Amino acid sequence: MSADVAVVGFAQSPCRVREDATTSGVEMLVPIFAEVFRACGLTRRDIGFWCSGSSDYLAGRAFSFVSAVDAIGAVPPAMESHVEMDAAWALYEAWAKVLTGEAEIALAYGFGKSSGAELRRVLALQLDPYLVAPLWPDSVSVAALQARLGLEAGRWTEKDMAEVAARSRAEARSNPDAQVSGSVTAAELLARPYVAEPLRAHDCAPVGDGAAVVIIASAARARELCERPAWISGFAHQVDSGSLGARDLLAVPSAAGAAAAAGAGPVELAELHAPFSHQELLLREALGLGEGVAVNPSGGALCGNPMFAAGLARIGLAARAVMSGRASRALGHATSGPALQQNLVCVLSGEAS
Amino acid sequence: MKQPAAVLGVGQTRHRSKRTDVSIAGLCREAADRAVASAGLALADIDAVVVGKAPDLFEGVMMPELYLADALGAVGKPLLRVHTAGSVGGATGIVAASLVQAGLHRRVLALAFEKQSESNAMWALSIAPPFSIPVVAGAGGYFAPHIRAYIRRSGAPSHIGALVAVKDRRNGALNPYAHLQQGDITLEKVLASPMLWDPVRYDETCPSSDGACAVVIGDSDAASVAPGPVAWIRATAMRSEPTMFAGKDHVNPAAGRECVAALWRQAGITDPLNEIDVAEIYVPFSWYEPMWLENLGFAAAGDGWRLTEASETALGGRLPVNPSGGVLSSNPIGASGLLRFAESALQVMGKAGAHQVPGARVALGHAYGGGSQFFSMWVVSSQPM
Amino acid sequence: MSQPLAESAPLRAPLEIEFDYTRSLGPVLSQFMAALAERRILGARGADGRVHAPPFEYDPVSAEPPAELVPVGPEGTVVSWSWMPDPLVGQPLAEPFAWALIRLDGADTAMLHAVDAGSAAAMRTGLRVRPRWAARPAGGIRDIACFEPCDGPAGAAEAPAQDTLPAQDIGAERTPGMTIAPVRLRYLHTASPGESAYLRGLAAGRLLGQRCGVCGQVYVPTRGTCPADGVTMTEEVELPETGTVTTFCIVNVGYPGQRVTPPYVAAAVLLDGADIAFQHLVLGCDASEVRMGLRVRAVWGETGGISHFTPTGEPDALYETYARSL
Repeated sequence: MSADVAVVGFAQSPCRVREDATTSGVEMLVPIFAEVFRACGLTRRDIGFWCSGSSDYLAGRAFSFVSAVDAIGAVPPAMESHVEMDAAWALYEAWAKVLTGEAEIALAYGFGKSSGAELRRVLALQLDPYLVAPLWPDSVSVAALQARLGLEAGRWTEKDMAEVAARSRAEARSNPDAQVSGSVTAAELLARPYVAEPLRAHDCAPVGDGAAVVIIASAARARELCERPAWISGFAHQVDSGSLGARDLLAVPSAAGAAAAAGAGPVELAELHAPFSHQELLLREALGLGEGVAVNPSGGALCGNPMFAAGLARIGLAARAVMSGRASRALGHATSGPALQQNLVCVLSGEAS
Repeated sequence: MKQPAAVLGVGQTRHRSKRTDVSIAGLCREAADRAVASAGLALADIDAVVVGKAPDLFEGVMMPELYLADALGAVGKPLLRVHTAGSVGGATGIVAASLVQAGLHRRVLALAFEKQSESNAMWALSIAPPFSIPVVAGAGGYFAPHIRAYIRRSGAPSHIGALVAVKDRRNGALNPYAHLQQGDITLEKVLASPMLWDPVRYDETCPSSDGACAVVIGDSDAASVAPGPVAWIRATAMRSEPTMFAGKDHVNPAAGRECVAALWRQAGITDPLNEIDVAEIYVPFSWYEPMWLENLGFAAAGDGWRLTEASETALGGRLPVNPSGGVLSSNPIGASGLLRFAESALQVMGKAGAHQVPGARVALGHAYGGGSQFFSMWVVSSQPM
Repeated sequence: MSQPLAESAPLRAPLEIEFDYTRSLGPVLSQFMAALAERRILGARGADGRVHAPPFEYDPVSAEPPAELVPVGPEGTVVSWSWMPDPLVGQPLAEPFAWALIRLDGADTAMLHAVDAGSAAAMRTGLRVRPRWAARPAGGIRDIACFEPCDGPAGAAEAPAQDTLPAQDIGAERTPGMTIAPVRLRYLHTASPGESAYLRGLAAGRLLGQRCGVCGQVYVPTRGTCPADGVTMTEEVELPETGTVTTFCIVNVGYPGQRVTPPYVAAAVLLDGADIAFQHLVLGCDASEVRMGLRVRAVWGETGGISHFTPTGEPDALYETYARSL
């Protein structure tokens, strides 16, 4: 896949419970748009295509994404679209638009105010509407079922899961946008009670509010906007079956498939969208990430999971690692749906193809 | 840079107020199976799927593409779900087209649906968040004041809206898929129907429908092996503006005007009224036909109603508008935009059956949504560029 | 309305969404639910020979409908489980229970349901379980109230908690081919800083707007961000109570919760000094007397806020003065 398009800017709001933020996302978006425009030397009028990701059910309102358009300043009218998915998929749509030549510079943004919703219950509505959702299986319990399968198959131990959490929190200390961070050992974490056996609180992402934005540009413009653009050398996504009982919850074929389709190859750094500790272990394997890969140096979603922006933020963080020279090849991953049903991989490189 | 793309096949459901014979997946498959079959293909030949739908609250399913992955043959494939309010059907078609135009996939299935009878569209559209004081319920109450402003601005006679309703419902009777089949509707009947939100009457208002529409879009290679005529996508355009802003023209929105200007430019069209053979445009309340004719440049500002009054937008006129019966005959909200796009394709493929405009070679598909703020449009042609 | 936390804190209030969705099942799931009502469980044989329970409507492998439906269970084996110490609203049991993936006898896939095991210590992968049927089938997956360990006593099929069934379904006949799925969700809605400021202003008898520092336009109600420029507005402008009806409709269709009986006028009102109109009611005259350009003034309600607008009696505003706001 040719690397005609690069990430040139990224910003995210600090992930936390925000009493002042609304479900329209505007309060969280206006400052980070200003930040990323400043960094790239752009204004809103330079953006050829805008695409957002958010969810009405998270907001409790139909058409909730419409108010977010206020943050864009869409006068004169803008070329703009929206996916009801994590904004990583909005970035994918924007990338396709740039590849067609219809836009040279595109912006993807995502936002979610999880603290206003009963998040665990709302996500039950992603399940089969006839056979599963009427039982209201909450998102934490569904993840817990997957975690236990791995425990009993000998794929990981509760200690392995706690170590993911401990390592993530330690890494997150250097991430000002993380919601949770700190110095704690796996042993200390294991001493705490279950919240949904076999999951403990540290095995689950915190509930917080946030937004993220990524700007991409075609080759002609990328070099003007950024000293070291992060070239998108591969970008792909796939979905697995919606039937939780029919698919092998310990395999993530859509993640492996997306990585293969994106031509992933060896990377030095990977930001994985794993809202549960065991899912990082699953994804490492599915994506073929060896010991030498720095996984979630931001602390990952376990330390801050702004719904509908977290996947985009993983790509942004991977891109930032390339733009800063920390890595020459990095991978950003996003997931959607229960128990890693749908997965997206974006491969970023310091070299244009 | 941009690869050519064409519509290879179209499918839709029989739209009805309640499709109680199918599940949500069954409704979608009815349209998808027809689209794929009409393209001479199977679901396995599809490389990627784009689903479009209006708010999840209508069916009470969050992110239904996740549940639909199996039904749409999307397991192991890329799957996107677009939501741009009422224009979503159109946006779905454009996103699917851009995946082919970007050279990412050979054959993409675009599917848009709504099974709104599972709840109540009026309820879903009218949920008021705390601190807001709703003054009207539903879309009609929102658009009726803008229609009044159009009538004032243009000086249009008061029966124009009724003429559109008669035309579109009679056209719908030629379309076996249309929800409302009112072949014997008359001007007198429409004018006598109750005034819902003055100046909008009952018979000038779209129904609430369950339905789905699917379109298979392919690249040049796929088009070259298609069993029948294809509809080449000559141009696509999308524009958005805020719901409200100071100085917004709600009657002739700037986003619509700029969208169509970009569209005509891309398609190389300089005289739309003469170069477009048929238009499927999103008219949920009858007065929007003359309003959109102006917004789209088929008539000068203030003159759109003259085309309607002179029967130029009827089958047989200079610019047949909504020969399928349009949104006034079927309105599964998430699908309506794609139905416009699909019907425009059927016209230039020569597959529109009893509502075919003879010799149609270049057609417009148009959708809008939100507070007259989201616009998506395409031009299709029987010939590649 | 909620109590404001502090003068500058945004206003918050609960928001509840509830609806009893009427779902049609289609041919495959209708058969499945009909069997459940008779305390039988069906699975679907897939293209690869695997039996799926519950049945698929479309095979994950071939995307085709099932070739046949076959009986499975009713007993099964737990293949994974998790513990729910504090059940959430709508879940199958009100006391702590286990979620489980259960492979019914004769099936190759697992079904997600609840197990009333009593305690986490009683749960294990490999546990044999059987369905506890609902006292009265309602035509859905909850006709299996939950599962219970085979080696335990048979639990009584209780009537489920009130909030898990639609109100109108109690005593209602089951409709073949249909199922009812109640969805009730609670949110805590936060008004934007602009909205909160406007509402506080109303409570103090003031109509507050904002002027955008970039385009100079005056917006009312205050909304915080200029939609045209995407910038935060900080300059507050107080507006008079008088204005002009730019356009309107006469509403003849009522809706639940509407406080005024139709017919009534819903109008766009352009306050003097504002650059954008907002929606409100016009009362105090016959609906047929309202016209574009009508001069109106606000009438304050007893509970604070504007109740409606009413004609002032002044001559109509010239079309040119409000044409820009149409």
